[in-house]
Amino acid sequence: MKGHWLKGYALLVYLFLYAPIALIVLISFSEGRQASSFTGFSFQWYETAFANRFMLEALVNSLSVAFTSACLAALMGTATALALQRVFGWKRRLYDLLIYVALMVPGIVIGISTLIAIATVRDAINPLLQGLWEGAPLVDLGWGSIVAAHTLFNMALVIVIVRARIAGMDASLIEASADLYATPWGTFRQVTLPLIAPAIVAGFLLSFTFSFDDYVVASFVNGREVTLPLYIFASIRRGVTPEINAIATTVLLVTLTLLIVAQLLLRRTPKAKGATA
Amino acid sequence: MTATRRRLTTALLLAPASLWFLALLILPLVVVLVFSVGERAPAGGYAAGFTFDNYLNLGARFTAFKNTLVLAPIGMLLCLVFAYPLAYFLALKVARHKLLLLILVILPFWTSFLLRTYAWIILLSGKGIPAWLESLGIEDVRLINTPVAVLIGIVYGYLPLMVFPIYVSLERLDRRLLEASNDLYAGPLATFRQVTLPLSLPGVVTGCLLVFILLMGEYLIPQLLGGGKVFFIGNALVDLFLQSRNWPFGSAVAIALVAIMLLAVGLALRWARRQGGQREVSLL
Repeated sequence: MKGHWLKGYALLVYLFLYAPIALIVLISFSEGRQASSFTGFSFQWYETAFANRFMLEALVNSLSVAFTSACLAALMGTATALALQRVFGWKRRLYDLLIYVALMVPGIVIGISTLIAIATVRDAINPLLQGLWEGAPLVDLGWGSIVAAHTLFNMALVIVIVRARIAGMDASLIEASADLYATPWGTFRQVTLPLIAPAIVAGFLLSFTFSFDDYVVASFVNGREVTLPLYIFASIRRGVTPEINAIATTVLLVTLTLLIVAQLLLRRTPKAKGATA
Repeated sequence: MTATRRRLTTALLLAPASLWFLALLILPLVVVLVFSVGERAPAGGYAAGFTFDNYLNLGARFTAFKNTLVLAPIGMLLCLVFAYPLAYFLALKVARHKLLLLILVILPFWTSFLLRTYAWIILLSGKGIPAWLESLGIEDVRLINTPVAVLIGIVYGYLPLMVFPIYVSLERLDRRLLEASNDLYAGPLATFRQVTLPLSLPGVVTGCLLVFILLMGEYLIPQLLGGGKVFFIGNALVDLFLQSRNWPFGSAVAIALVAIMLLAVGLALRWARRQGGQREVSLL
């Protein structure tokens, strides 16, 4: 294959990938009410967007759902990946199967099954929970159920990523640490954790991205809670104003900044060289 | 003593994940399985029962199954055809700014998927590409709410996921093999067909499975770009659960979807392994 043909082709693909994004950004600066055309330059939709209580609420909900779910997934996923190193036989195969199924079953089926499970179980379980103590957390649709459903998928994702990292790790390092009289906890903190940290960070970031952008699962288990994708979907149906574009552009700008800052930090500390997902 | 402590630690580390799997994967799937053999309550929802009528009735949603089973594989193949040259370029022809170019492939994932698809509604509807084509003399092009629009959306949304696994397997490829092939008087095409392509097959299979699995459960792209005319199983599920509230039938459709997926992926993995030396193919 000739180099310059491929170069031209690659350019076309990048154009294809970025044209719609450019359109979103362009229209965010439009003057008119239509989100389908650009008429004159203005910042007014940024002003409207940041004065819109409902949209800001949805944005905050999305951030808190994504952050909580990514933290839970990183913690539980790492713990599981480490523990599974010591599990063998049918138990190991059972966990492998569960991880596989959690990743494979479509989001739409996870959403539906979680919805009907909660709807079926809550009337039986909630009186019991209430009997335990005053103000016990109840099973219901809402913020908690979105986080819980996202965490299932995210956790499986983190397990897989961290496990791949452990598999590529030099086992003799851990033996050496034990030979030097380090306690298991000491070995974990000083040897294992620094080695698998890039995988945990990558898993956390992927989880956050998935959760922040998920519409399908959240649309079933949200109850009365509205996340940003749910808000955007509703406005697409109602007819969008460039307000949504302003929010999307802001989110993109924040992500880009974080990405560049992360890149600069990684360059400053050569120790973190292995930090690729 | 230490052995007991070790086992206790392992159990404690596994406890939260086990609870999660039990409460949010096993229990919900069991509920769906039970519902799928139940009956529809008069007011919608579920009434206890034991019948296979819901499964026998799956034909009522034939169009959704047909659309998914036709458009998902086509979408997957289109992604492959468009992704392969880019992955090849990135892995073998780029020397400078490689990392930047790779990041640019996944960067779109950090903007709202809904809004990117919405941008395609604008591009594909009357005032977008059709109007532009009309000024070139090509008239009466309808794109929005057609299978073509859904396929464009699919390629747009899933191309990056196909590029990465192929890129990884091409990147790992031993360049000396390419030189050897060249030294043995193989033309560029023969080298590609007999060396590069077979060696990148694990990446191709991984990418295809990844995209296929996600496409089988696709809901948003057909909803937004198919406009209710081109709908997938996912759209049928939303309709059955949220609009017509026929939970038992919806459960049967969901079980059928998962069963078809598992079957297709299982067969694909077996095929890939039998191709010899493809031990690297795996989803996990």
